[in-house]
Amino acid sequence: MKIVIPLKRTIDPFVKPRIKADHSGMDLANVKMAMNPFDEIAVEEAIRLKEQGIASQLIAVSIGDDKTQETLRQALALGVDEAIHVSHHTDLEPLNIAKILKAICDQQQPDLIIMGKQTIDNDNNQTGQMLAALLDWPQATFASACVIDGQSITVTREIDGGLERLKLSLPAVVTTDLRLNEPRYASLPNIMKAKKKPLESIPLESLNIELKPHLEILKVEPPPERNRGKILESVDELISALKNEAKVIE
Amino acid sequence: MKILIIAEHDNQRLKPSTAQVIAAAKKLSDNIQLLVLGYQCGSVAEAASHLAGVEQVYLADAQCYQHFIAEQLTPLIVKMASEYDVIMASASTFGKNFMPRVAAKLNVAQISDIIAVLDPQTFQRPIYAGNAIATVKSLDDIKIITVRTTAFDPVETIDHSAPIVNAAPEPTHHTTEFLDLVSSNGERPDLTSARVVVSGGRALQSKENFELIEQLADKLNAAVGASRAAVDAGFVPNDYQVGQTGKIVAPELYFAIGISGAIQHVAGIKDSKVIVAINKDADAPIFQMATYGLVGDLFEIVPQLVEKL
Repeated sequence: MKIVIPLKRTIDPFVKPRIKADHSGMDLANVKMAMNPFDEIAVEEAIRLKEQGIASQLIAVSIGDDKTQETLRQALALGVDEAIHVSHHTDLEPLNIAKILKAICDQQQPDLIIMGKQTIDNDNNQTGQMLAALLDWPQATFASACVIDGQSITVTREIDGGLERLKLSLPAVVTTDLRLNEPRYASLPNIMKAKKKPLESIPLESLNIELKPHLEILKVEPPPERNRGKILESVDELISALKNEAKVIE
Repeated sequence: MKILIIAEHDNQRLKPSTAQVIAAAKKLSDNIQLLVLGYQCGSVAEAASHLAGVEQVYLADAQCYQHFIAEQLTPLIVKMASEYDVIMASASTFGKNFMPRVAAKLNVAQISDIIAVLDPQTFQRPIYAGNAIATVKSLDDIKIITVRTTAFDPVETIDHSAPIVNAAPEPTHHTTEFLDLVSSNGERPDLTSARVVVSGGRALQSKENFELIEQLADKLNAAVGASRAAVDAGFVPNDYQVGQTGKIVAPELYFAIGISGAIQHVAGIKDSKVIVAINKDADAPIFQMATYGLVGDLFEIVPQLVEKL
């Protein structure tokens, strides 16, 4: 079984994002970057499927500038077999990303695509569903467990109110939620080995896909601040404030 | 401008989120229609027909829609889309699941999680876990929009009812099968629509101690939530998680107990009317946004609250 794992290089989740002074976007100059955390979970899940003998070939795909190759090397160090870098220098919308990934999947013919449910930069939560639509494959979003059985996959989905299990025929797209697994760290020998694993870089133009913008970002601003409230001294004071001042309890 | 809203429900009851999506839609146009996809869900269509601002309700009642599987829902919505300018649904796990699939089939973008409508083309949405608000302009003829419902006050239920029209299901070749749904919150109010939410964090230390949060919630008829740290530690099920990657809540009263206030969590609660923070660390970031704060040991404060409320 062949698995494609699309991933994105995003701001490090432990870095506080800054907005550009002219409000034209986020200021990512000299900011520490990392693999999108949900994609790390996707990589881990694919590696576990290979370790169980279910998957045989894992291919990571990422679109971005040259630094994106570092993130793909990280995936290789974790246990992915090969990587494809689609070279492009501006941020793309989910629909356009899905179109690029579809072109790659048309070439690679995977049995399964595992990817993060959202990136922690634009928080769109769209690309996996869009890719499934373009490929006309079934989808299971927000996965917290995956079991493969022959030509089908049973996915436990985290939805509002509980856990739902769906059985999908393969090929399919699965998007990962936070608690699907706990990603490993790459060992030093594996980081060394990853340098020799195949990483192919292709220009976006070579895929001959027609892409156009569907959204224009007019500005990016800080969120309105909530006013700082009062520190109270006792439970009695709190109950009195909730009853008499805020009037939210009786 | 004609808008189609996909109603959120469980085949028996319409969820409150639908009335909030309608409120967002009304900022765009008064020509609003609803689509109820489900199975044996006539009562849902009936309830939907009484929401203020709805001009017509389409009811697609068929077994294939019983479990709201994205591959099943998408073909009918895509077929109906050509007659509309905007399609909207709530940005819950319901809407997030199928709306991008609909958008891609229509070759248009989705605008996720809108919190404000500036004009019929321009919307605001949070990015970077709520650290920034982006103003985006749609360039598409058909706009697919998911709504962060906590940002909009629901429309009212009225006596007048809109006509209900049956819609024939649209078949799909997909065979995705629903196996089961394990519900986790029992008898409690739903987190995203409860008037009061009591959430606990890592400082609770154990699953057993989390009982304290449940006791306070019982007193207030509140929903129970948790920080990511508390969920990661296994104190409560995953779907209790409140925050940017969990549930977004905006109750009248929110208790953050033993929660430090990581931006990820704060992004999910900041539209709450009153926030009460209880934490032993006076420097915890949660106090910067709480309406009322109590600095002290939660194991002393919470039992007192339970007793005195």
